[in-house]
Amino acid sequence: MKITLEIVKHIAHLARLEFSEEELKQFYQQMVELLDHFARISELDTENVPPTCGILPLYNVMREDNPGATLPREEALKNAPEEESGFFKIPTILEAED
Amino acid sequence: MQATLEWAQKLEGKLRSFLALDPEGALAKAFMLEEKLKKGEEVGPLGGIPVAVKDNICTRRMTTTCGSRILENFLPPYDATVIEKLERAGAIIIGKTNCDEFAMGSSTENSAFFKTRNPWDLERVPGGSSGGSASSVAAYQAYLALGSDTGGSVRQPASFCGIFGMKPTYGRVSRYGLVAFASSLDQIGTFARNVPDLALLTEVISGHDPRDSTSLPEPVPSYSKELDSPVGNLRIGVPRDLLQEGLTPEVKEAFEEALKIFEGAGFAIEEVSLPHASYGIPTYYLIAPAEASANLARYDGIRFGLRAKGEENLVSLYKKTRGEGFGAEVKRRIMLGTFALSLGYRDAFYVKAQKVRTLISQDFQEAFRKVDLIALPTSPTLPFKLGEKVQDPLSMYMSDLYTIPISLAGLPAISIPIALKNGLPVGMQIVGPALSESLIFKASYLFERESGLSNLKPPIVEELSA
Repeated sequence: MKITLEIVKHIAHLARLEFSEEELKQFYQQMVELLDHFARISELDTENVPPTCGILPLYNVMREDNPGATLPREEALKNAPEEESGFFKIPTILEAED
Repeated sequence: MQATLEWAQKLEGKLRSFLALDPEGALAKAFMLEEKLKKGEEVGPLGGIPVAVKDNICTRRMTTTCGSRILENFLPPYDATVIEKLERAGAIIIGKTNCDEFAMGSSTENSAFFKTRNPWDLERVPGGSSGGSASSVAAYQAYLALGSDTGGSVRQPASFCGIFGMKPTYGRVSRYGLVAFASSLDQIGTFARNVPDLALLTEVISGHDPRDSTSLPEPVPSYSKELDSPVGNLRIGVPRDLLQEGLTPEVKEAFEEALKIFEGAGFAIEEVSLPHASYGIPTYYLIAPAEASANLARYDGIRFGLRAKGEENLVSLYKKTRGEGFGAEVKRRIMLGTFALSLGYRDAFYVKAQKVRTLISQDFQEAFRKVDLIALPTSPTLPFKLGEKVQDPLSMYMSDLYTIPISLAGLPAISIPIALKNGLPVGMQIVGPALSESLIFKASYLFERESGLSNLKPPIVEELSA
């Protein structure tokens, strides 16, 4: 398995993170080093081992579907960077990327 | 209360444990409790006790920044369940403590705001990520504190600051209102300067919460009352195979001395094997970042937190906001996690790590067939110097070598002070099976009484109180 700078750029896009070229190169170096170390787990035989997704003996936790008080609109918008007429405001999304 | 706040502020000049102190709120609560007392009303089990809270636990009255620029001005619209429980128990929350950004780090140096110093040596780190909580309790700025522990973030700073820190069983304490980092590992934990205080605080915040579907329904024993019941002749397991790696001579010596104290108290020390525990670091640093990459997707500049200026396209707004708002370690982990989950690599990294996690858990189950508890050092090294590891991610990650396997298995573990070496504290973990908190507290209390190592005073506390 070989990680390239191109893969790291693609990952940065998937993660919605902006980097300068210099930062990206540094991250690339570090990721190569770290993943190289982490690849050590591939030496273990896990053929018949189930993956751990959660460690609790709890399944399908349900609660009564009772209506209750929700956060008032002003409270929910209190931390919004931009709002208008009681809504979160975002830039235009009609021009899709790609 | 006034005196505590003055002391806390005096020490802040040296340590910087707190991102925010709330003297007005603390004094108002103290006044309210005093009125209650005058009327002969109950004030609760923590009535009037000053408590510090890590800044990744939501508080309505105080900003909750997680040590990050992206949440610099975030004032949560609700209190975490543990905050409600503290308030009901009469505790006085005096401030929010510094931490590594989003709890990612082992030294508190990854805080976007400033570095916190170790009260035992101001040139050294307090540990992390709950470094501010640990230093505040060690320096008597607060009596008790809450932190969060995903891979060791309560136990390691407790060890570095010479105090007691408990990470309960996964699911024992509600995570409602704890800002999520790695949801299958995160657990709120507690700090105190002695076992009875720690047991009481843990008891107050534990219990089922319908708002956290991963919280356990089992009733909470009275850890503080059970402390005095006899502990019996326990078998303590020592995982010698794991201790081959990275253990420094000072910590090794302190640990062996501590085992002798247990032996002297009538405990049997036995060797146990945790053959997969040494794979804990790679396993954890694939699983935790994978979960973090999903959890931190919410910081997008839309509903709360920082928004980058001047972006007219939604995707570039996301990228720029996150690029500006997150620090290097958080970005590194989001990148690692996104990679581990991405098409073509998921099976070899993320799923493989989940399988190794199963093997690590099974090692512990096997060990607990032979012994009642497991003891091992908390950190392989003494507290390190500021700046010593922060440029080298792998060496920083290795400082969690002994705490991470326990987190992956979801088990409860305490860190207790066992020695001072070169004037610096050394800590030991005591680990038990799921929901064995009471037994862990009892064994720790016995150790505390035998060793006399509790309520330690760092030199700076002696100096400034003279």
